[in-house]
Amino acid sequence: MLIITLTVLATALHIGLCFAGAPLLLGLVNKLRAWLLGRRGPPLTQPYWHLVKLLRKSTLVPDTATDLFTFWPLGAFLAVTVATMLIPGFATGLLTAPAADYITVIGLFALARTATMLGGLETGFGFGGAGAAREALFGLFAEGALLVLLLAFALLAHSTSLDGIAATFRTAHIGISVSLGFALAAMLTVALTETGRIPTDNPSGHLELAMVHEAMVLEYSGRLLALLDYAGMLRLVAWMNLIGTIFLPFGMARAADILSWPGGLALWVVKLLVMAAVLSVFEVSRAKMRVFRVPEFLGAALLLGMLASVFLFVAARIGA
Amino acid sequence: MSLTFSLAHLMGGIILLCAFLQLSQRRLAAMITLYQLEALILSVAALWQGYAQHEMALYLTGLITFALKAVLLPWGLREIVLRFNMVRAVETAMPMALSMILGLALIGVAVLVVLPTTMRSISLTREDLAIALSVVLLGLLLMIVRRNALAQIIGFLSMENGLVLAAVGMPGMPFVAEFSVALLVLLAFLVVGVFLLRIREHFDTLDLSGLEEIERRGR
Repeated sequence: MLIITLTVLATALHIGLCFAGAPLLLGLVNKLRAWLLGRRGPPLTQPYWHLVKLLRKSTLVPDTATDLFTFWPLGAFLAVTVATMLIPGFATGLLTAPAADYITVIGLFALARTATMLGGLETGFGFGGAGAAREALFGLFAEGALLVLLLAFALLAHSTSLDGIAATFRTAHIGISVSLGFALAAMLTVALTETGRIPTDNPSGHLELAMVHEAMVLEYSGRLLALLDYAGMLRLVAWMNLIGTIFLPFGMARAADILSWPGGLALWVVKLLVMAAVLSVFEVSRAKMRVFRVPEFLGAALLLGMLASVFLFVAARIGA
Repeated sequence: MSLTFSLAHLMGGIILLCAFLQLSQRRLAAMITLYQLEALILSVAALWQGYAQHEMALYLTGLITFALKAVLLPWGLREIVLRFNMVRAVETAMPMALSMILGLALIGVAVLVVLPTTMRSISLTREDLAIALSVVLLGLLLMIVRRNALAQIIGFLSMENGLVLAAVGMPGMPFVAEFSVALLVLLAFLVVGVFLLRIREHFDTLDLSGLEEIERRGR
């Protein structure tokens, strides 16, 4: 009974923290980027005010749009919400753990992408179509890379559930493996594309020729735009949690053991801070890529994922 | 799995990653930086192996690698780029994606070749040998898929890094062999530098497709 209560509490804490902290994390990344550029930057709470502002504005629906126009942001938001709930953050063994499968998470992100793309196509307006086409092109390679990585993870951990992967990678006997290094490089590449960060898409840019995500959500306003923006913030948290769970699983708390929570929470915050810092340094030091170079960038991720699997087969043959 | 092996393995992995990423770069500056990183990791790997195997010679190899390949050669390459006022983006002989897929296939070949032939040797060095052979093959591939002479030199140097990596990982490799290889590469670099100068004088470019043109006309 106690264990069930604790698990429910931990799950509630995980969901609450992720959902409440998502805008803060984006604010932190923006602040760090501004600092690195020698500017003062917006306050950390700016994304919250952005959402509040959007909620108070009126929501317009274009004349050319169908009735489904209001459905797509909701669909994208729900898919990302479920993914955020599933991916473990500070603790393993959450209530959602049995459903938190790597394949499920990939599928949910794909669902969110599809909904956003259809939303962009909804008005029959040029930019939306261009953005959706680019997103589809990127998605083709990004999902391919993620599925190849699945092979590597399944070979190493003998499990595709995120909890199982974290539990295996936390134990020492995997050691530092070349395959995991390749997998990390591939995963980071895909994560940058999925969250629309700088080498593939500029989150703060409104240049027509280079827009990808911005182009798809151009016609949305008010509450619908707030949903889409909030989904973007959640996606950043979810990806950081995913990378943290798979590649930095040390120090994660167990949901049934309340004494391990404070340590797990503190380490989780530290991991997020480090990842935010790394992301901002990377973004400031890179220029945005030309749109048609991105498939090449993601193709490299795909091949790196394959390399990870190739070296796993070597290791399996030697029995090391 | 011991720490010695894990770290050596990790450094081998980074070197392979650098060699692979060189295939995906279009710019000379990025290729030179990647080569420099590769050489730096190689020197660290040599020092680490020297520490692990208690070999004085490997320390020397590491220091020579650092001084020559991680400092001197990249500086020389950058100097050439500046002096010749070269176009910084390199022509490729085939699409980037195709060359990367070929690279992956070559790594697969290296793994398939090394595994059965070294079945009896110490198991821990075998994966390192596979990595070293992959780096050598990737260097060769880089020389094939680039039209620019300087990019081809980088491919050659990267290939030599793979050789040193193999030598460093094998216990009992005589130091003289490595030393002579390092010297040879430096000499080759000097010769190629003069050669580049000549090509440049004749064609005003380092794009080697001009040579093919002359060859065709000569027949």
